[in-house]
Amino acid sequence: MATDPMAEIRASFFIECEELLESLQDALSDMDEGSHDNETINIVFRAVHSIKGGAGAFGLDALVAFAHRYETVLDELRSGRMTITPDAMKLFFQAADFLQDHVRAARDAAPPPEGSEDCLVSLEALIGGGAGPVVEEEVTDFQPMGLAFDFGPVDEAPATPVWTVRFRPSAALFSSGNEPLHLLRALGKLGASSTTCDLSRLPPLESLDPESFWLEWVVEITGDVTDFDIREVFDFVEDVCEIEITSGAAATLPSGAADFAMPDFGMPGAAALDLPPLTPDPEDPVPVAAAPAPQAEVIAIAKSEPRVEAPPPPPFVAVEMPAASGNGPAQREAASEPSATVRVDLDRIDRLVNLVGELVINQAMLAQSVAEAGLPPNSAVMTGLEAFMMLTRDIQDSVMMIRAQPVKPLFQRMARIVREASSAVGKEVRLRTEGEATEVDKTVIERLADPLTHMIRNAVDHGLETPEKRRAAGKTSEGVITLSAQHRSGRVVIEVVDDGAGINRPKVREIAISKGLVAPDAQLSDSEIDNLLFLPGFSTADQVSALSGRGVGMDVVRQAIQSLGGRITIHSEPGKGTRFSISLPLTLAVLDGMVVNVAGETLVVPLSAILETATLTDEDIRALGPNTNVIHVRGAFVPLYDLGAELGYRAPKSSYAGGIVLLTAQENGTRSALVVDSILEQRQVVIKGLQRSYGHIPGVAAATILGDGQIALILDPPDLVQNASGRTRSPAFALAG
Amino acid sequence: MTLEKSSQNSSEVELLSFRLADEEYSVDIMSVREIRGWTRATPLPHAPMHVRGVINLRGTVLPVVDLSVRLGMEPVVGDARNVIIVVQVGSQTAGLLVNAVSDILALPRTELQPPPELAADCAHSFIEALTIVDGRMIRVLDLGAVLPDENAEAA
Repeated sequence: MATDPMAEIRASFFIECEELLESLQDALSDMDEGSHDNETINIVFRAVHSIKGGAGAFGLDALVAFAHRYETVLDELRSGRMTITPDAMKLFFQAADFLQDHVRAARDAAPPPEGSEDCLVSLEALIGGGAGPVVEEEVTDFQPMGLAFDFGPVDEAPATPVWTVRFRPSAALFSSGNEPLHLLRALGKLGASSTTCDLSRLPPLESLDPESFWLEWVVEITGDVTDFDIREVFDFVEDVCEIEITSGAAATLPSGAADFAMPDFGMPGAAALDLPPLTPDPEDPVPVAAAPAPQAEVIAIAKSEPRVEAPPPPPFVAVEMPAASGNGPAQREAASEPSATVRVDLDRIDRLVNLVGELVINQAMLAQSVAEAGLPPNSAVMTGLEAFMMLTRDIQDSVMMIRAQPVKPLFQRMARIVREASSAVGKEVRLRTEGEATEVDKTVIERLADPLTHMIRNAVDHGLETPEKRRAAGKTSEGVITLSAQHRSGRVVIEVVDDGAGINRPKVREIAISKGLVAPDAQLSDSEIDNLLFLPGFSTADQVSALSGRGVGMDVVRQAIQSLGGRITIHSEPGKGTRFSISLPLTLAVLDGMVVNVAGETLVVPLSAILETATLTDEDIRALGPNTNVIHVRGAFVPLYDLGAELGYRAPKSSYAGGIVLLTAQENGTRSALVVDSILEQRQVVIKGLQRSYGHIPGVAAATILGDGQIALILDPPDLVQNASGRTRSPAFALAG
Repeated sequence: MTLEKSSQNSSEVELLSFRLADEEYSVDIMSVREIRGWTRATPLPHAPMHVRGVINLRGTVLPVVDLSVRLGMEPVVGDARNVIIVVQVGSQTAGLLVNAVSDILALPRTELQPPPELAADCAHSFIEALTIVDGRMIRVLDLGAVLPDENAEAA
């Protein structure tokens, strides 16, 4: 292989770090919501620990140092010597953010982030002073034990395996008349062994339930022992206790991989030696047979972050080595990764998506030529073609699904924004997220990050009141921002909701007038005032804070959303809060559209923009101005636009009676009617971008390729209406009509 | 511009010559990607006059420029004898609609002459060099000037 294997392993390590950081954030959020169980705390601990372990192998000292001190504090928490307070949670979150910064800094070989020292100091202050009740002093004595096997040059690892047996009897073991002592003795007879008792789960005396059992033993056995021998000891108690048997000897690793990795991990012990007490890992006792092997099958996720440009390195096995060559617990972590996923380079997926796009076009062409050949409907060709069409559709859907990603990582980034923003302005803010599993096209997610960040900052800075004001208004001092995602009729709706004071409409109006954005005497509805926020150059903050109001306004947010084919709406209730809704297409690659004919040209109108279609009668059409018409539909007057005239294909017609109109809706709820000559069909089309060299064509979003190989333009009705002349009559015709 | 870039190291230059309203023009062959038969282009609304529309080039959307209109002449009447020369300038790919392709000429670079300074006329600024082959004058087009510039057209 031409590339440096270490560089690839390193790249994989950082990809893995991102995943670990994600699970760290998850677990911290769970803790924040009140689940203080061991497993959650363990996840937090393991994530930090694994990062530290890997970083040690790569000599990333700053990262290791930070992770180590963070881990030390977490260990206190894990062993129950520290209680979880809101303040502590805040620090944990902060430290997690710093850990992320450290990881990124290490990856980009940038200087470590500033301020992490302060964070650590305050973290350590949590455990320095009043540590929780320490039940048994011996607990601390245990620390260096257990893992005291020689970590010299690893390739000279002992030929005899070192078995680590963790044995945790349940209460049922005692009620069935068994005695742990006998079992431990039997173990001791197998070979040279050292036995340690882990007391970390032991609760304080006052809450101790005498019927339950809290101890766990870790037995290290060196010698010519087989897995079977150890199992045999526990033969009769397997059901009433938890046993984990792991082999710590390097000799049991997949051989080729071990050779490959060893020289560079000079001190894999760095990961293992300063392991804190080996607390039980109750949830996942991995079957022994599964432990050494599974890394080869850990297929990771296709979620390569955009920044990580490394090609998917084949030797994933090697990535796991720092952990695997360590000892039992680390090994289990790797093996217990639940997801069976593949890490694929994004370019490959994009190529596949493009190819499927071609396939869809080709299939349409084929269908058209078969139809033109005039074959009987039930001929073999026709049935074959139908099956082919269904398959194509399925393939297309599946490929699109590959590109779809849950919005969770995006939401996690927002959680961080909320933390930073709220501490910067001194507000108490809680972020609630809903629908994190909602899947959206990857490109959409990437391009949504900036607008969403801005909206979240706005919500913290402008949307929510200060704690004092909130209390005065009879609300809890802690503001709540809800970030939700859901699928709604073929689109994704993402909402940012705050429970703040709502939009101060008189003030918005005043500012808009003072900035000359609206006329002083303009009559504006509430929703019109709300929409003023989207005007360029609008900022409501009295003072420009460090947080928002840096000249980037909601207009940029709206632009970004619109460039994704999305819409943003705003809804506010005074005193109750503000809701921003972003509606986005599921994918940027295909679109359900209505294929229409206008003046001999074929056009595609996105189905999502069409409310209904109608055939006009004479009574429907009313003249409005000298050259504009409105139509009367369902009790409302809707402006009429002639697509043929707006796109410059023909002059406005003299009469539209009998014409077909598409009723479309815009973000602000206004409707408009587009005249077309005929509706051809409704179908999925592959979106092809128009080259930018011609600039923005008003009303045209993109293009697609039809079954006959011709290109059809895809319209953007809201944009079209905004730029439309509205000429559906010319004065000359008006006289005639 | 293109000319110098693509073949500056050789003393020879190869030109693809084509006919446009009974006159002969040519482009540096290094910028020609392919030559296609005439296909109907889908017109783009509100586009400049010389932009004939877009065609499907094996799955990508290719803009087609009516070179005749671009140089200030009558539009090319689209029929089966016309061809579209697909050229690439920088990162831009575009089709040039011309009446017919005539020849490939290999000339020593020294035979290219800069066009004489004339009063401003539309086609003048598009011509990079002139040469005489068999008694016919052949214009060498500056594709960078012919193809729409992003900034200019967006305005």
